[in-house]
Amino acid sequence: MNGKPPQSRGLTAIDGAMVLIIVLLVVQIWLLSATLESYLAGHRDAAVPGAIISAILFAACFALYRFVDRIDSEVRKG
Amino acid sequence: MSWFRKPSSAPLWRDEFSVYTADERYVNRRQFTKFLTLTSFGMMVGNLWILAKSALYRQPSGLRAVVATAGEIPVGGVKTFNYPTADDPCILVRTAADSYVAYSQKCTHLSCAVYFERQRHRLQCPCHQGFFSIADGSVLQGPPQRPLPRVALERQGGQLIAIRMEGESV
Repeated sequence: MNGKPPQSRGLTAIDGAMVLIIVLLVVQIWLLSATLESYLAGHRDAAVPGAIISAILFAACFALYRFVDRIDSEVRKG
Repeated sequence: MSWFRKPSSAPLWRDEFSVYTADERYVNRRQFTKFLTLTSFGMMVGNLWILAKSALYRQPSGLRAVVATAGEIPVGGVKTFNYPTADDPCILVRTAADSYVAYSQKCTHLSCAVYFERQRHRLQCPCHQGFFSIADGSVLQGPPQRPLPRVALERQGGQLIAIRMEGESV
């Protein structure tokens, strides 16, 4: 059993989610620069997988944001 | 367990500006997370923009332009012209009595203007010492990674006509 109070546990979960979002964002920045470089080089076939993967990464970030939002709401009201 | 925040009857300002110090850590983190998520949205929009540009790109075709008349330039001589638009500088080189080649004049590294180095029979970019083959525009040496786009030429009577770009990047 964890002896931490609920407030601190909520904060740990939020910090973990934030780190995950930052990692996803770094991957997304790299993906955008790689797709742009490829596009400018005339290789237009990289645009479709780039857009799909970027959308998946955004969806993951958004889900984590909703998670943070929910934890925040529950811990502060609980 | 729901992933979404439960509907609250409290006013929005109470969520965003907590009067308790302990709650401030939550508010700060939530707002920072929101900022990161919006940044992620911006990245996705960027990728979708590239996708839209790729889907809408059409290779200009059928555009013909007279570049020079035969004999206008001497063997080893050059002439610059713009093709397919006024913003696209190109270079025409007469490599032999009966042989002409034309390439985009923009270096594929950082778009400096390339020129013909007659002694070594190659195209040179003076900015970062990039060299291209006069035969096919391929990279011989230097920082450029891609060959020069070639202008396809057609001879009609005494005129040299540019008919399309080959191997063109965006």
